[in-house]
Amino acid sequence: MKFKVNGNEVFASTGGRPFDKNKPLIIFVHGSGLTHMTWVLQTRYFAFHGYTCLALDMPGHGLSGGKSLKSIEDMADWINSVIDAVGFKEASLVGHSQGCLVTIECTARYPEKIKTLSLMGGAGAIPMNPELLTLAENGDPKAVDLMMDWAHGPAGHFGGHPVPGLYHINTGGMLAKSRTIKDTLAVDFRACDNYKNGFESAKKIKIPTLSILATDDKMCPVKEGKKLADLIEGSKVDIIDNCGHMMLLEEADRVLKVLKSFITTNYPSKNL
Amino acid sequence: MSDKKIPNPKTYKFDTLSLHAGYQPHKNAGSRQVPIYQTTSYLFDDVDHAAALFNLERGGHIYSRISNPTVAVLEERVASLEGGTAALATSSGMSAIFLAVMTLCEAGDHLVVSSQLYGGTVNLFRLTLPKFGIKCTFVKPRDTEGFKKAIQKNTKGIFGELVGNPGNEIMNMPEIAKIAHDAGIPLMVDATYQTPYLCKPFEHGADIVIHSLTKWMAGHGSSMAGILVEGGNFDWMQNDKFPTMTKPYEGYHGLSFAEEFGPTAFTMKARAEGMRDFGPCLSPQNAWNVLQGIETLSVRMKKHCSNAEEMVKYLLGHESVAWVSHPSVPDHPDHALAKKLLPNGRGSMIAFGIKGGKDAGVAFINSVKLASHLANVGDTRTLVIHPASGTHSQMDEATLKFAGLSHDMIRLSVGIEDIEDIKNDFEVGFRAARKPRLVSNQ
Repeated sequence: MKFKVNGNEVFASTGGRPFDKNKPLIIFVHGSGLTHMTWVLQTRYFAFHGYTCLALDMPGHGLSGGKSLKSIEDMADWINSVIDAVGFKEASLVGHSQGCLVTIECTARYPEKIKTLSLMGGAGAIPMNPELLTLAENGDPKAVDLMMDWAHGPAGHFGGHPVPGLYHINTGGMLAKSRTIKDTLAVDFRACDNYKNGFESAKKIKIPTLSILATDDKMCPVKEGKKLADLIEGSKVDIIDNCGHMMLLEEADRVLKVLKSFITTNYPSKNL
Repeated sequence: MSDKKIPNPKTYKFDTLSLHAGYQPHKNAGSRQVPIYQTTSYLFDDVDHAAALFNLERGGHIYSRISNPTVAVLEERVASLEGGTAALATSSGMSAIFLAVMTLCEAGDHLVVSSQLYGGTVNLFRLTLPKFGIKCTFVKPRDTEGFKKAIQKNTKGIFGELVGNPGNEIMNMPEIAKIAHDAGIPLMVDATYQTPYLCKPFEHGADIVIHSLTKWMAGHGSSMAGILVEGGNFDWMQNDKFPTMTKPYEGYHGLSFAEEFGPTAFTMKARAEGMRDFGPCLSPQNAWNVLQGIETLSVRMKKHCSNAEEMVKYLLGHESVAWVSHPSVPDHPDHALAKKLLPNGRGSMIAFGIKGGKDAGVAFINSVKLASHLANVGDTRTLVIHPASGTHSQMDEATLKFAGLSHDMIRLSVGIEDIEDIKNDFEVGFRAARKPRLVSNQ
C-alpha cells in the first residue's frame, strides 16, 4: 500500500492481505540499503494470521519516495509518523540490523506507542569500516558485494534458500542495488556509523523485547547482541545456529517460529 | 565491522559454485551427494503449515510438479553460476521457453524474435504461440536496428539465441538490451550454446536467461532438462505493460508478484502460476543427472572450446570444405563481438559447408563413425547433423533461407574426444563425400 508521511509517498507491503485498522499492527524495518522485500517470509505469515503488517520501504528506498534519512534518530521519528499516518495508536516493531537501531531509538522515544520490540541481528552500535563507507559513498558496487559476503554465514554462502529456486546472495545484492548505492546504502551506513545512542536508549526500554541472534553473524556478532540485550529489562534472547546476519532469509522458518511465539504471546491478536 | 584493511569479497567463485551451490549437507542427513528426493509430495506439519505453504507465507515444498528439493538444488546452482536471483527448472529447454513466454505474455501480446533459432523454437514462435493469441515478428540477429523497428505498442519482450542455431550469427546483446529497456520491455536470451562458463548474459543486459540443460550444462546426453533464470534487475513496475506481474493476482489472494518479490517476481510467478497450471516439471532423477554434469562444467567447456578451435583450423584448411562459420574465425562477421561477449571461448558449435552440396553432405554424415549423427548438441561426444534434412526439416524453403540455412551446411558439435581421433573420423567422411553416389548406393 502507499500513503504519505511528511509529504512524501511511502510504500509498505501489507503481506498480501488488505490493510485492516481493526487488527494489531506490526511494523517491519529493514536494514541498510535494503527494502521491504527482505521480510516476505515473515510478513505474509503474520498478515494471514490476524495482524496488520507494514513492511516499510524507508524514505528513498525501494518503492518509497523522498530522500534517505540521514540519522537513526530521524528514522525513529519517521516510524512514529508512520504509525500516526496510518491511523494507529500503537504498534509492535520488528527490526533487522540497522532496523534494530531505528526501532530501539523509536521505542525509547515513544514508549507509549510501542508494545513489543523484536530485534534481528541487532547491536547497540554498528560502527562501519571507513573503507566500506568510502566505497558506498563512491557508489562502488563492491560495497554491496562485501555486505552480501559478510551478511551471509558459511552455510548461507552455499545457498539453500527456503523458497525453492531463489539464491540468497544475488537476491540480497539486487535489493541493495535497486536504488543508487550513493543515495541509499551510503547514507544508511553513515547513519549507522554516526549513531552513538543505542546503549542509552536500550536502558529506557521497558516493553517485552526479543533479540534473535545468529552464531555466524559477522556484522552484529552474538557478543554484541547479548551486550545490548543485557541492557533491556527482561529481554529474551534466541540464538540461531549455523546462520549469519541475513537470518530472516537464511533461516526464515526458525526465525519465524521464534518471532511467532514471542509476538503472539506478548501482543496477541483477537483476529486469529 | 572494524577498521581493518578491507578485503575483496570472499563469495564463492564459479568452479566452487558448480560443485556446491544450492546445497547444505547438514540439512540432508550429512549426505555429501545431493539426495534424489523421488517423491511426489511432502508432509505438512499441521493445517496451518499447509495453508502457509499454499499462501506463499513460507518457503517449502508441496507437490513435485511445483517444486522438489533435488530440483531446487539445481535451480539455485544455475542461478548462482549465472549471477541471477532465481531460477526455475523445467522438463526441457522448450518448456522453459514456453513457460517464460506464458509468464510474460497474454493473448493479444507481441514478441520480437531473432530469426536464427533452433527449428523447434522457430515453430513455437511462428505457428504455436499465435494459437494462444501471441504474435511474433522475426528479425535477423545482426539487424540490431530491425529489433527496434519491430517493437509495437503491445510488444512484451525480445527473444533470441545469443549465438544463433545453426549459423553462428551473434546477437549484439548489449545494444539489443538497450533497445528493449528503452521500450520498457525485457530481453530474454537462450544461452544454451554458451553456458555461464562462456557468457553471463545478465552482465550484458539480458533480463531472463534460458538454457536447455540437456546440452553442455549436463554434457552427458542422458537427460532432458531446461531452466529459466532471472537476473532480478528488470523493473516490472516502470510502466503498465505487465499487469499480471504488478496488479493483484486472483490466484493468490490478490498477490502482486512485483511488489512482494521484486527481483525474483518473474520466477515466483512462473512457478506459482506456470508450474501449477501447465506442469512442465523436471524429474528429480534428471535434475540429479544434470547436477553431475554441472560439477565438471568448466573443465569440459575448456576442452570443448580448445577442440573446436583445432577443428576450425582443420576445416579451414581442408580441400572438401567450402566455408566455415565459427566466431573464432577472424573473418566471421561477429568475430569482434564474440571476443567481447565470449571471453572464455567461442563455443564448440561449428557450421561448415561441404563441397558437393546436399549429396556430399548426406555422404559425409552417413560415413563418419566416431561422430554421432543425431538431433542434439552439446554432448561430450562429437555430434553432426545436416540441418536442412534434420533439425530444420519442417521449415519450408523460404523460412530456411530466412534462417540463414543452406543445403550444404553441416552442423558440428565438437566433443571432448582426442582431437586427432575426430579429425581422422572426418577424413573418412570427406573421402566418402567426394564419391557421394558410391556411398549412397552402399
